[in-house]
Amino acid sequence: MGAKKEKNDDEMDEKVKKYLRGEAANLEGLKDKKLKGQLAVREDLYGKSAKTAAKIEKWLLPSEGGYLEAEGIEKTWRIKQESIAREVDILSSRNQYDIVLPELGPYTLDFTSNGRYMAAAGRKGHLAIVDMKTLNLIKEIQVRETVRDVAYLHNELFFAAAQKKYTYIYNRDGTELHCLKEHGPVLRLQFLKNHFLLASINKFGQLRYQDVTMGEMIGNFRTGLGRTDVMQVNPFNGVVALGHSSGTVTMWKPTTSVPLVKMLCHPGPVSSLAFHPNGHLMATSGRENKIKIWDLRKFEVIQTLPCHAKTLNFSQKGLLAAGTGSFIQILADFSGSQNYSSYMTHSMAKGYQVGKVLFRPYEDILGIGHSMGWSSILIPGSGEPNFDSWVANPFETSKQRQEKEVHSLLDKLPPETIMLDPTKVGTVRAPQKKEKPVKKEIETEMEAAIETAKDTKFKKKTKGRSKPSKIAKKRREMIDRAKRPFLEQQTQEHETSRKKQKTNPETEMPKSLQRFVRQKAT
Amino acid sequence: MKVKVISRSTDEFTRERSQDLQRVFRNFDPSLRSQEKAVEYVRALNAAKLDKIFARPFIGAMDGHRDSIKCMAKNPNHLKAIFSGSDDGDIRLWDIASRRTVCQFPGHQGAVQGLTVSTDGGILVSCGSDCSVRLWNVSDANLADSDNLYDNSAKPQAVYVWKNAFRAVDHQWDGDLFATAGAQVDIWNHNRSQPVNTFDWGADTTISIRFNPGEPNILATSANDRSITLYDLRMSSPARKVIMRTKCNSIAWNPMEPMNFTAANEDCNCYSYDARKLEEAKCVHKDHVSAVMDIDFSPTGREFVTGSYDRTVRIFQYNGGHSREIYHTKRMQRVFCVKYSCDASYVISGSDDTNLRLWKAKASEQLGVVLPRERKKHEYLEAVKNRYKHLPEVKRIVRHRHLPRPVYKAANLRRTMIEAERRKEQRRKAHSAPGSIVTEPVRKRRIIKEVE
Repeated sequence: MGAKKEKNDDEMDEKVKKYLRGEAANLEGLKDKKLKGQLAVREDLYGKSAKTAAKIEKWLLPSEGGYLEAEGIEKTWRIKQESIAREVDILSSRNQYDIVLPELGPYTLDFTSNGRYMAAAGRKGHLAIVDMKTLNLIKEIQVRETVRDVAYLHNELFFAAAQKKYTYIYNRDGTELHCLKEHGPVLRLQFLKNHFLLASINKFGQLRYQDVTMGEMIGNFRTGLGRTDVMQVNPFNGVVALGHSSGTVTMWKPTTSVPLVKMLCHPGPVSSLAFHPNGHLMATSGRENKIKIWDLRKFEVIQTLPCHAKTLNFSQKGLLAAGTGSFIQILADFSGSQNYSSYMTHSMAKGYQVGKVLFRPYEDILGIGHSMGWSSILIPGSGEPNFDSWVANPFETSKQRQEKEVHSLLDKLPPETIMLDPTKVGTVRAPQKKEKPVKKEIETEMEAAIETAKDTKFKKKTKGRSKPSKIAKKRREMIDRAKRPFLEQQTQEHETSRKKQKTNPETEMPKSLQRFVRQKAT
Repeated sequence: MKVKVISRSTDEFTRERSQDLQRVFRNFDPSLRSQEKAVEYVRALNAAKLDKIFARPFIGAMDGHRDSIKCMAKNPNHLKAIFSGSDDGDIRLWDIASRRTVCQFPGHQGAVQGLTVSTDGGILVSCGSDCSVRLWNVSDANLADSDNLYDNSAKPQAVYVWKNAFRAVDHQWDGDLFATAGAQVDIWNHNRSQPVNTFDWGADTTISIRFNPGEPNILATSANDRSITLYDLRMSSPARKVIMRTKCNSIAWNPMEPMNFTAANEDCNCYSYDARKLEEAKCVHKDHVSAVMDIDFSPTGREFVTGSYDRTVRIFQYNGGHSREIYHTKRMQRVFCVKYSCDASYVISGSDDTNLRLWKAKASEQLGVVLPRERKKHEYLEAVKNRYKHLPEVKRIVRHRHLPRPVYKAANLRRTMIEAERRKEQRRKAHSAPGSIVTEPVRKRRIIKEVE
């Protein structure tokens, strides 16, 4: 009885820790008593709300997650989809199917964030939108040119297709809304939900970010590492990762033209990349048939798995799907210690080459896009059983969708909030010792000052006092005035450096000669 | 093998009839939400901007008096009513909702210096520079009767004439006595035509007087000799006095913490004291640029409003050193009296330009009936704005107030002067023996001494 109670308490503690979202602030060093009192009350409130949230999670959530347990000597990875279909209810067994469309090329898929709609694109130009609840085909269009990738925008009404020369944005009815010429021939598209940014990597290795609300191009970077078609967005912090043919993985944000991180992952080209939803784990696979699981906080390998993988995907619950050829392997970490081992396998008919595996959000289903169409199989325990209506609602009505669109536009994050550690927003930077501004910074400051000086508007005077020569002279004077403080600073620095140079040789004299050094009168 | 797959039946997750509300399911797991802090920050920024868009504090002006308004009184039983007295002896009862005069109380020959209403709302006491105290009957029945009168005016119930001109009057919170301030402090009973008791400590006139809301026998007065005196009626002699460097124009007790009071001082600051410990001010509220003329606490005890000679009305937090809000209009001249309404939503200011002005206490508040969802949304936006109001972008928007040019310039001047004084003090300290020059905290600096 006591042991059980202890176990329960431990579980609750774990849950409370999750909801606390980090450590409590250390109030010891505060001298301001008013502030200390206010913060103490605040911390107390946080503790209470975390406890309430943990209790809600324990008692009030409507659904429970899926599971697959093997009995006796059987192993979970030997269980076939047919045997699962026999044990499961009719509604779920309907979700296991193979759609065979051999003529229109390897298919790639994308799901909306609530898992309700799927966009499928065949290489030879077949675009289809399917409602996954009713398995209803909403619209299909033939664009009759190569389609390399498809991505949903913020809801099911808009999706982008990367076609032969340009990227196009289509409506749910198949109407072409926009032709995005600037991106060029795109290989991969990714949509950043919180920022409404469409990221694309094209044939020439150029990474572009475009804001789909206003159509503004936020960033355009030459990666310099050649053509690549491995791109993923880290859902935790909005950072885009590219895998290159040299084996490096680079991570980018829209405001800087150099990558945030460059890590050498594999000896050969990186064949695929996937991020865990908690943002700390990354799985990469290379041509040498190894999957490496990385911890992104330390940028270290946690685990190496000997597995083929042409495509990787993490589910909401942390299951990893790896697909090569016509074989798919699902890996899971059972103890929560990030030690992945084989959970389930699935082999499709020979000749089906897997192109993309994608877990469906909030369902225990894995969507597979392959050379002969697309399939869907059941993976118990992969989806989050309890959805939050304000985050993603699989049972959304059109009114709710419209409201959600407005609210998410109001909450649209500016591109500057993308950073490796998103919890740094709103924190205070530790006070650094005032560093002397680097030469480059001084130069940029000077240039900025000159620019503002150049932009000053001069009043138009009458009676011949606003001659162009006079205005030009005034402008030159303004620029000189703007430059003066920087030049003075420079001359001062020169003087001090000269003085320092003078004194330095004296101190550098060898010890035996120190007594000959001229002593300054103290 | 044991297997279970997520399968949601549509009936459980959608509503049954179109009359029902849509079903909402919550999962508070942080892993479902990414970049929470950035989203909160964006919401705080938007909330700050929306606040500024909806900030329209001025509701209306009540026009009618023919001379500057020196005093106001609230009737504790009627939210909608306020009494005001002006320099030509005119006392009016206003209906705030329609902003019209309900009733006039003519009678005073000179300026009306003080107004107060008894706690049961039945008697209005007014005192003036014509050395008289008049009692008016303002219970509901009587006011309804007065509609029959031709010019909507009322006759006083009693007129008591005494020796000197009066400067202020206040009624006891829980009793029958009221006190007037003038050359000396007099305690009166409604039915007696002469004061029941007199206190006289010090040679100078007492200019303001306030009874304590918690302890009905304690009252605080401020006098022209720069002192604040606390009296206890039971002791028939004054209890305590603190002398400051400049005189206090008005005092207000905190209704929720009756041992604390705040005094509005001539040196542009307000000083909050704990009545038990007068040697040091609890808090100094700085922001006005000219003498603070009047002060009134909100019934919540968390905020107070001040009106100053610099033509602005400011709202402070009870423990805040700087004002939360400033109200000004081109037409509003020197503000001589302010009152916080009894439902803590409005602020009324009476000024030199013969108008009473009605303002909202929270400038961007939505008036009228607020639906529960709206209220929740407003509370959430307020909370998220307060969480991020220290960050530069949000702070810039939240702190921004338009100041009239003279006030802005005067504030800059004051700041420069105070900065200069501080720097000189620092240099004096740095160049003298350590410990020889002691800086007094601001809370103590303006107090000369405390006297028993």
